Amino acid sequence: MALKTEQMILNMGPQHPSTHGVLRLEIVLEGEIIQKVTPHIGYLHRCFEKHCEAMTYPQVIPYTDRMDYLAAMGNEFGYVIAVEKLLGIQVPERVEYIRVIMGELQRIASHLVAIGTYGNDIGAMTPFLFAFRDREVVLNLFEITCGARMLYNYIWVGGLSHDLHPDFVRLTREFITYFRPKIIEMNELLSTNKIFIERTANVGVLPLETAINYGITGPMLRGSGFKWDLRKDDTYSVYNKFDFDIPIGEGKVGTVGDCWDRYFVKILEMGESLKIIEQALDQLPEGDVTSAIPKRIKPPIGSVYARVENPKGELGYFIISNGTTSPFRVKVRGPSFVNLGIMDVLCKNHMVADVIAILGSVDIVLGEVDR
Amino acid sequence: MKTEEEIFNLLKENFNDDIMELVKQPVDHYILCNPLKINEISLFLLSNEELLFDSLMNLSGVDDANGTSTIKEGITTIEGGTLSVYYHLESTKFRHKIILRISTPREKPEAASVALVWRSADWHEREAFDLLGIIFLNHPDLRRILMPYDWDAGYPLRKDYANPEFYHGMKVPY
Amino acid sequence: MIIYDFLYNLVFSITQSAVAGDITAMVISALLPLFILVLPFALLAVWLERKVSAHMQDRLGPMRTGSHGWLQTVADVIKLLQKEDIVAAANDRTLFNIAPILVFAGSYLVFAALPFSSAYIGSNIDLGLIFIIAASGFVVAGILMAGWSSNNKYSLLGAMRSAAQIISYEIPTILVILTIIMITGTTNLRTLSEMQTGYFWNWMIFGGAGFSLSKFLFIPFMLIGFVTLFISTLAEVNRTPFDIPEAESELVSGYHTEYSGMKFAMFFMAEYANMFAVSAIVSAIFLGGYQSPFGYLGNTFGLHWLIPIEQFLWFASKGVFFVLVQMWLRWTLPRLRVDQLMALCWKYLIPIAFVNLIIIGLITVL
Repeated sequence: MALKTEQMILNMGPQHPSTHGVLRLEIVLEGEIIQKVTPHIGYLHRCFEKHCEAMTYPQVIPYTDRMDYLAAMGNEFGYVIAVEKLLGIQVPERVEYIRVIMGELQRIASHLVAIGTYGNDIGAMTPFLFAFRDREVVLNLFEITCGARMLYNYIWVGGLSHDLHPDFVRLTREFITYFRPKIIEMNELLSTNKIFIERTANVGVLPLETAINYGITGPMLRGSGFKWDLRKDDTYSVYNKFDFDIPIGEGKVGTVGDCWDRYFVKILEMGESLKIIEQALDQLPEGDVTSAIPKRIKPPIGSVYARVENPKGELGYFIISNGTTSPFRVKVRGPSFVNLGIMDVLCKNHMVADVIAILGSVDIVLGEVDR
Repeated sequence: MKTEEEIFNLLKENFNDDIMELVKQPVDHYILCNPLKINEISLFLLSNEELLFDSLMNLSGVDDANGTSTIKEGITTIEGGTLSVYYHLESTKFRHKIILRISTPREKPEAASVALVWRSADWHEREAFDLLGIIFLNHPDLRRILMPYDWDAGYPLRKDYANPEFYHGMKVPY
Repeated sequence: MIIYDFLYNLVFSITQSAVAGDITAMVISALLPLFILVLPFALLAVWLERKVSAHMQDRLGPMRTGSHGWLQTVADVIKLLQKEDIVAAANDRTLFNIAPILVFAGSYLVFAALPFSSAYIGSNIDLGLIFIIAASGFVVAGILMAGWSSNNKYSLLGAMRSAAQIISYEIPTILVILTIIMITGTTNLRTLSEMQTGYFWNWMIFGGAGFSLSKFLFIPFMLIGFVTLFISTLAEVNRTPFDIPEAESELVSGYHTEYSGMKFAMFFMAEYANMFAVSAIVSAIFLGGYQSPFGYLGNTFGLHWLIPIEQFLWFASKGVFFVLVQMWLRWTLPRLRVDQLMALCWKYLIPIAFVNLIIIGLITVL
């Protein structure tokens, strides 16, 4: 006699501890095995693109902060690069260096949240608090720079809102010496933990072909073993002046492109970011950071697509100008939005517990997915 | 690595009238294409061995607002004109980039879907449908994505969009 | 034992009725561990867990209620008592209400047979070990009831996982306990503790009392048995790395997702009571129970009334030590996946425990 079985539909979210915000996943289960995952998004939709059309170019900057709120500096960076490209202006060298330093510090802060929450998703609470303890130091650096800890409005079109605090360089160097051993500590506590490896190795394997076709970028793409980093491959700002590596997933404990690789790429990237910051601090030129800010921003008619390597992947801004002081259309290509689209492929035939492991390794911020 | 002119000429050879022109702007240049043939053009761009555009960086719908606009009792309505879609493509092998643009009439905004050529287009097209009402033919799953599934007050990113008074009995303008 | 006799004599001298004396003494001596041990221990353990985790994570933990926050759990309990008792419309009301009581009763039952000291054991039954296994199996019914009656998918998944996990891990537990029964020939926990008297080399983990060849042959296998038992008891009380039934990040909080107020607190206290119970069982079986590792101060000074108190302290500290180990593991390790958990049990622990059983059996025959 055959047993009658039926599929179960499990709604994960929008209120769930590990959907990293208000994401709703509709999971079709056969026992504990996943047949299909449908992400439902839009719970945090704040009409960013519509707002932009009613505002002047500088007024948009604070709104960009609120997209990927864990990497606000990166968002501002991308936006001002797009507007500057549209205006065709050059910014002073000191501004570029400070932007790079901020961008890399932000990358460390964002990766720390990604790593910490990933540990938490897998069930280890302590790495989460260790990561947040270290992120606190980075946030303090941002605080002395621009007064804000999360949403900065620091990088402006053509310049910056303030120059660096006199203590900034010293404190950042202290942070670098403080943080290097902490990466090793994190490896000892989490990366090489047997149970952690059991949970993440060979789970959610993303083949490179699929990754590119799905438009996956950032640590996820590099986790699949592709050396692709916009800082090197489509260089912007002053990134070509620094010497750093692009870590890729090598399948050390499982298959190339599994959750562990995606996780470990982030750990390695933090070390590379430290290298960049160190070099940038050594080379930091003198100068004025506000002199190149245009009085009136009125780009010529035309469109521009500019992109930067945000902690989570390629952040692109497509801006159409109709010759007035406010943009005609701003479209954001958020890395989280695109990366989330692959959930169904990654989760198929895994277990419920793996959805959490996979979602954590995709590393999304709902502010950016829903904009 | 190919320049935009070379890519344009190659496309022109293969698709004749479906490729309209190479428009030059101060920063980015784009190729204007036939909206109903964009899937074939895309497949060519992806599979041609000299081009290999394997990555769709971005897909954005735009309301061109180039029709006749009338303002009556504070409500703007636009008639005629076009809605556009921009495709930003890149080849990860050859490192060249190209921008395609299609324009489709506002009254019947239909375009062929490229979601089966680049899977990343799936959500982008759903977003363009959701916010601008561009209908992508043969899209595997064309539903609203950011707005509620039962939103029936129009497409928010259109320039003549007006907020509804109520949504499920809740007052919308605050 | 002594307490029971004392109470019996006291009541008997007042009422001159053997039945009344028996019942009163039984009830009081059975309730004693609840009030002097389980409840205060649960309060202490919750506070301890928070402080231990905080200090492991570079935090301070609760600091405001009392010195270093030692009153925090009391405050929490007061809060939980005042909370509204929510029962959702779709819940199966009867089962929903019984479940927390059943779970708490199940974990409390175990305390009845624990040998706290030579002077006090709640119920000195001859089948102590078997009784404990049976009573802890009782918890499964409560958890299943909670999951099913909650009418919530997360709760149901949690309850199913929990039932599967607890039942699976009972097998290695029983196999290890069986090896001990084979060597000692008793299931009475008091007798078992008395057999390990003297110094720490008489503990079962070091092969038990006496200096025969078999004692030294036992030592490596006893260590294996000890580790197996510790791991499987860890799984039986749903602690990390086996806290899958209430995996927060997957199942919100598993079978007790729908509970609030005091019913939630009962699950919570049951968990902490269970933690101590399994630690006590492990130490009673392998680490001499209430026996001191170095002899007693009471013997040295000739104060014989001191010995039971010392024994109680030793028993409690052995139990608390293992509770601390459990906390340490919880705040260090990630969580296993449900299939890996089952694989660990069926592919590793059971075969190891079984082979261990056979080898020790052969040694005993020799």
